[in-house]
Amino acid sequence: MMWLRRNIVLILGLLVLVYTFIPIFVVVLMSFNDPSSRNVYRFDGFTLDNWTNFCGPAGMCDALWKSVQIGFLATLVATILGTLAAFALVRWDFAFRSSTNLLIFLPMAAPEIVLGSSLLALFVSAGFAGQLGFWTILVAHIMFCLSFVVVTVRSRLAGMSDTLEQAAMDLYATPQQTFWRVTFPLVFPGILGAALLSFSLSFDDFIITNLNAGTETTFPMYVWGAAQRGVPMQVNAVGTLMFVVSVVIVVGGELNNRRRQRALA
Amino acid sequence: MSQVAETATPTEDDATYDGLRLRGVTKSFGSFNAVTDLDLDIPRGSFFALLGPSGCGKTTTLRMVAGLETPTAGTITLAGQDITYARPYRRPVNTVFQNYALFPHLDIFENVAFGLKRRKVKGIEEKVREMLDLVELDTQARKRPAQLSGGQQQRVALARALINEPEVLLLDEPLGALDLKLRRAMQIELKRIQTDVGLTFVHVTHDQEEAMTMADTVAVMNLGVIEQMGAPQDLYENPETTFVANFLGQSNLIEGAIKSRSADIVVADMNGIDVSIPAGRSHTDGDRGWIGIRPEKVLIGDPGEQLDAPGNSVPGGVVTDVSFVGVSTQYLVRMPWGQELQVFQQNTGHRRLYRTGESVDLSWRPEYAFLLDISQDASAGADQVDD
Repeated sequence: MMWLRRNIVLILGLLVLVYTFIPIFVVVLMSFNDPSSRNVYRFDGFTLDNWTNFCGPAGMCDALWKSVQIGFLATLVATILGTLAAFALVRWDFAFRSSTNLLIFLPMAAPEIVLGSSLLALFVSAGFAGQLGFWTILVAHIMFCLSFVVVTVRSRLAGMSDTLEQAAMDLYATPQQTFWRVTFPLVFPGILGAALLSFSLSFDDFIITNLNAGTETTFPMYVWGAAQRGVPMQVNAVGTLMFVVSVVIVVGGELNNRRRQRALA
Repeated sequence: MSQVAETATPTEDDATYDGLRLRGVTKSFGSFNAVTDLDLDIPRGSFFALLGPSGCGKTTTLRMVAGLETPTAGTITLAGQDITYARPYRRPVNTVFQNYALFPHLDIFENVAFGLKRRKVKGIEEKVREMLDLVELDTQARKRPAQLSGGQQQRVALARALINEPEVLLLDEPLGALDLKLRRAMQIELKRIQTDVGLTFVHVTHDQEEAMTMADTVAVMNLGVIEQMGAPQDLYENPETTFVANFLGQSNLIEGAIKSRSADIVVADMNGIDVSIPAGRSHTDGDRGWIGIRPEKVLIGDPGEQLDAPGNSVPGGVVTDVSFVGVSTQYLVRMPWGQELQVFQQNTGHRRLYRTGESVDLSWRPEYAFLLDISQDASAGADQVDD
């Protein structure tokens, strides 16, 4: 009894971890599955086929590549625009600053289905009904990533006193030099975090994408479609790959952070 | 209304004055005037202190010299050059910031080299090494600021500014974050470096002791104007306003009516006792005034005793409080007119200690007394000494 009382927090913690990781474990396991039927999701035997014949299922790699392209472009544009907006919101006092802050926040708070359908209505009424596809998806993704970038970079900037920039100016740095030598390096972790967040938001978005995709198919849409007829096992390989990449990024970032912390300690 | 003290004799031709000069400088934030019509001459090579309580406008003045604030009115010239509106990176002025503002992402070497690199100076490596030697941080060059102690960070901030050999080095409460012992050590160190390099130092502080020990000239600032300016000793011995009298050390201020004025002596009736004040220490033309005397200048003795003080003798006091502080004993003495005066007596061993309730006579030499404007608040600055 005493033992249980002392370790209850640990046990509950482990249970939560197990609960969180079981689906991922299943995905990893299934990426090595040799299924006997497309309709039964069951581990029938071990194989490397899903990895060696990665692009086997028709259309899957096209969809994956499309998602990567859109994710990359949306991240690039949203990060640049969002960073600039964050600087303006923190460092400049302009008319309507607080209302702008509110507007930036709205896309995060609004349900995706509302955003998606209103964007669709916008595209259609603007005469793009026939051209729905890659570019409309990209525009939509930039739109919702932007808010997250602004919020992330803004919090980083707000936590940074402008004394450092004043010190740089005092030490003969022009405004450009001050930005690139002092401001940017200090805000960079925030910008990087915002970019990673944008990519993952864009990569796995389904609702808004689906509404504005026209005939285009992104990876989440492919998985959704495939799920009706039985998911090809390669999807699990993609899932595993994504998981490994994110773990590498997170662990790498954490290690880098610790190294820096140690240097600062 | 506080008097604006006269600044050092201005050289008439602006272009030939080689120090830092402020003329009619005002800085307003909305309807609030942080600095009002400030005139200041800081000679080249001097160690100048701007002393005042927080919110007196001293830091704003400093930031205007650095170019981090733009004056609402007035001009700032440095060695004959008008720098009032020059961008901060275009002035030969560097600042040691209150919280040092070291770049956390750069190591000590890069922090110190920052200014030289921006100006593309030659021989940076060597200069930085020399500067780190000067502040005794040569072994820390590759560490990050956060790895250093407060005192070391302070020296990095100093080195980072000094290495640029600015015309004027501005120090904004540079020792505020250090503990007392380190602060004393750094005061001596700063003074030594200033003497060595011969640059103009403008030091902003609220610590009167720090200002007096380090600076050649101290300007006492209050509510956006300079109350008085001069050598530390002159300010202390001959304050011109009640604010200065109370902010620098402590003073007894006793109301008196002026009876007569001659070329070198002012005689005042202080609650029935005639006291005299040298004319050069009288700072009011009115028929009443505050007679001021520093507590350590007041002698205390038995009633009727002949104290070593020809002149102002004040009988009828009663000791109401005694604090023994080692080097001295501090008395509070209630006078016949109800006011309590402070008396500090050195513990030389030649004088006996008085106890609470004993009757005493007080006395002081007339040359130590000063006379201030009665319209000024007798407690101005008294509650603002040291945070």
